[in-house]
Amino acid sequence: MSAPVIELRDAVAVLGAFPALAGADLCVGQGDILLLRGPNGAGKTTLLRLCAGLVPLVRGTGRVLGLDLLTQRDEVRRHVGLLGHQNGLYLDLTVGENIRFWGATVGASEAESIAAMDRLGVTGRLVDIPVRKLSAGQKRRTALACLVARRAQLWLLDEPHAGLDAAARDELDLTLRHAASSGATIVVASHELERAGSLATRTVDVVAGRIREPGRS
Amino acid sequence: MNVWRLARLVARKDLQIEWNSRVLLNQVLPFAGVTMVIFAFALDSDAVLERVAPGLVWLATMFSMLVLVQRTFAVETDDGALDALRVAGTDARAIFLGKAMSLGAQLLVLEAVLLLAAVVLYRQTVPVGGAVLLVTTSISATCGLAAVGTLYGGLAAGFRGRETLLPLLTLPAVAPVLIGATRAVEAALGTAGAVVSDGWPWVGLLVVFAVAFGVGGSLAFGPLIDE
Repeated sequence: MSAPVIELRDAVAVLGAFPALAGADLCVGQGDILLLRGPNGAGKTTLLRLCAGLVPLVRGTGRVLGLDLLTQRDEVRRHVGLLGHQNGLYLDLTVGENIRFWGATVGASEAESIAAMDRLGVTGRLVDIPVRKLSAGQKRRTALACLVARRAQLWLLDEPHAGLDAAARDELDLTLRHAASSGATIVVASHELERAGSLATRTVDVVAGRIREPGRS
Repeated sequence: MNVWRLARLVARKDLQIEWNSRVLLNQVLPFAGVTMVIFAFALDSDAVLERVAPGLVWLATMFSMLVLVQRTFAVETDDGALDALRVAGTDARAIFLGKAMSLGAQLLVLEAVLLLAAVVLYRQTVPVGGAVLLVTTSISATCGLAAVGTLYGGLAAGFRGRETLLPLLTLPAVAPVLIGATRAVEAALGTAGAVVSDGWPWVGLLVVFAVAFGVGGSLAFGPLIDE
């Protein structure tokens, strides 16, 4: 069995003086699509940012993709993709130019960028369209293709369905399932439980900075 | 990835954005041209214009630079791309150097156009002996302006009211460039009896300024944008 992609033990992370994560335990395997449920302020976004190497671990232990969150945070960032409410795209570049740029930041070849486009179905005329002219769903798909191009092995998605219409949500779900079946590990924080729940292979609750498996007290 | 390679990548991306959007060509250059014409209307005297032309060129450059800097960071913040670069672990020094290189390239085009406008509108002539000084001044002043613009543009990008904050931060900081570049260009053009040799000490000031802000900016840029 391969090593877990995310492994947190008694993880504590603070925002200012507030412990946004207060002893979280979590283990996520490769290819999982994990849904984080919980009310606002429960610590879902902080958990994603901790796993992305953006928030320091102040107590406990944590490893992401085998890298230590205490000592290798910069290295973690290079292998993880975090997608929040914004897509992180350049609106005046075309879809293809965006994907090539993000791929090139990690030294990906032209062939790898094209493979990322193919994998996400970003092909044909779409490649040459400026991102500014895309629909919300197409922008999301382009952003995910950028994650693939920059070789992100762990995708951390914060409310990925927000702002998308029904067709774009279906498209996004299909994309995520396809990515997970290709080996990517995906963690989704969402309030849209019906939509994200049907996508997830596993669900956990985030409550007051701790993680609970559903059905356990 | 090597910092300089990454910086070239960022610069190329910014220049591609400019090529796609044509903001320099369609907005900044016309703005700079209009500024030069308005200076001529305001001063309304050939003798005065000939005397103050070098200063007006650099003033117009700095006002136009503010538009360019706003633009270069607007493309980063419109859809959270700057955050995404940092999240992806991209070296902040490379982002700073890349954006400064791209801004510098656009400033050089702008300065060339403004100098041409000064020749046409303000009856300036460029003596052969002053050409080297003129080019050296332009390059060294551009490096300083690009470094300051990128540093403060990155700082202001994270704040509300950045449109007004940027000039407040930038214009006082680039005052030494305005003074040094104006004196050096006066020497290059022979304005008011100045000779070429008068200009080189000012170029020295411009180089020191560019190095200080280039090195300081590349070190400070990461913490500034992370805040």
